[in-house]
Amino acid sequence: MDFISIFSIFVMACFVGYYVVWSVTPALHTPLMAVTNAISSVIIVGALIAAAASGAPAAKWLGLVGVVLASVNIFGGFAVTERMLAMYKKKERK
Amino acid sequence: MRHALIGASALLFSTPALAASGEAVNPWVALAYLVAGVLFILALRGLSSPETSRAGNRYGMIGMLIAVVTTLVTHDIASLPEIGIAIAIGGGFGFIVARKIAMTDMPQLVAGFHSLVGMAAVLVGVAAYINPGAFGILDDVGEILTVSRIELGLGVAIGAITFSGSVIAFLKLNGNMSGAPIMLPLRHVINLGVLAAIVVLTGYFSIMPTADSSTIFWTILVLAFLIGFLLIIPIGGADMPVVVSMLNSYSGWAAAAMGFTLGNTAMIITGALVGSSGAILSYIMCKAMNRSFISVIAGGFGAESGPADGAEKIDRPWKRGSAEDAAYMMKQAENIIIIPGYGMAVAQAQHALREMADMLEEEGVNVKFAIHPVAGRMPGHMNVLLAEASVDYDKVFELEDINSEFAQADVAFIIGANDVVNPAAKTDKSSPIYGMPVFDVEKAKQVFFIKRSMGGVGYAGVDNEVFYMDQTMMLLSDAKKMCEDIVKAL
Repeated sequence: MDFISIFSIFVMACFVGYYVVWSVTPALHTPLMAVTNAISSVIIVGALIAAAASGAPAAKWLGLVGVVLASVNIFGGFAVTERMLAMYKKKERK
Repeated sequence: MRHALIGASALLFSTPALAASGEAVNPWVALAYLVAGVLFILALRGLSSPETSRAGNRYGMIGMLIAVVTTLVTHDIASLPEIGIAIAIGGGFGFIVARKIAMTDMPQLVAGFHSLVGMAAVLVGVAAYINPGAFGILDDVGEILTVSRIELGLGVAIGAITFSGSVIAFLKLNGNMSGAPIMLPLRHVINLGVLAAIVVLTGYFSIMPTADSSTIFWTILVLAFLIGFLLIIPIGGADMPVVVSMLNSYSGWAAAAMGFTLGNTAMIITGALVGSSGAILSYIMCKAMNRSFISVIAGGFGAESGPADGAEKIDRPWKRGSAEDAAYMMKQAENIIIIPGYGMAVAQAQHALREMADMLEEEGVNVKFAIHPVAGRMPGHMNVLLAEASVDYDKVFELEDINSEFAQADVAFIIGANDVVNPAAKTDKSSPIYGMPVFDVEKAKQVFFIKRSMGGVGYAGVDNEVFYMDQTMMLLSDAKKMCEDIVKAL
């Protein structure tokens, strides 16, 4: 993909992010940080490509370490978000 | 919102499905990454209300699964077992930590996770530099593309800043390092110099032949690690909500930069989302303290505060109350507003507090919770703690929604907060917190103020007029113990 197409997606996504994040209720700002943390670990895609590539053992090992770190974040981030969100509930009125 | 989404999707669908450097890829692959990106948008969208939030989180998980599986099936993976082991090690560790962590420790957990994203970005960037062919960023003569070099330089720099900055934030929040600002002489000059050097070197890195560029590349990396460290050490504990949000933003920009290198839409969309999210949160936090982002980043706030300056003011008359007094008076009240602060988190008092609120409600008292945007050590910190103690979220209000109700409140119950109820922010132009929006607790008929002792001052290091008001009763004790005593007295 040429740079301008990619850049256009990026700029549009910034605007989408701007509007979506302003609509997040302040009570959920901590889960917001946890879940953004988890999704930013999509960087694992880059680490997987590095780990998969043959020919450069150093790059492969760096990729594998990257996969470990990003996995901590993916599993940890989604799990802790899930745990927090489960606590936000309305109590049944007695 | 809807218009922006339609615009973005129209644009995404019209882009040709070519990978970086013009290498043709299967359009379904590009589409799969796009779907992952859209699912991430929905994950954040779900957080607009607690009811939809859990579905949103599931969308996020599905998006991540799609991104990972797509990458695995479309690349020639020679080392699948190793990758499986790597995911199992990291995933298992992350999952256990997420299960075990106490809710009060959430700020340091998030800071720790940010550091991992930063480090992962650095590793991917370095791997791409060592083995550019695998990332499809080579031109016809075997040089790394100029635009990719800029992306790589910026990507590893932002990743390294995120890593070292988050490590410092983690150590400060976790108490391994003093929360007090550490001030180096000439730090502004040093910081600006290092930042300028990173920018200049990145420019230089983009124009010189790949074979000769390794020294420059490593220098950029080392300087970026250094600047992350230097930027965060002068920032004090209570400014951490801004720092954590800012690092959240950086981790997004780092992912986006790597997304540019890989021409991967999922990474770019995610990076932009996370980047804007962190930036907006930093903005909200700064506004709630009436401070500019620059002044927070410049650091040093609260450095001059110490127990010493509070000492002479303690002579002013104030009233001390007991748990029994508080229990008796709150039982008679009609409307009570509880204002929790960082002190509640430190004392782990949220469960005892909820028990107290429940007992008061059984007495027919109307209990509400009021939360200041900067209460605690990260955005929404107090909300999570109250939710953990199963306080109904309908009873928890934001500053602007509840502030007008203090005039009708019989009791304002302040637990572990201080600066956010200080009227000096409204009246005293010379006060360091002047202009910060605060709760109008002085309008309540009766104020209970839980505090460990009269000696300490708030984070901003200013005395609080509320201590000495006629209607204020100081409850000097540990927050948790005081709540338990009130529960007993009730």
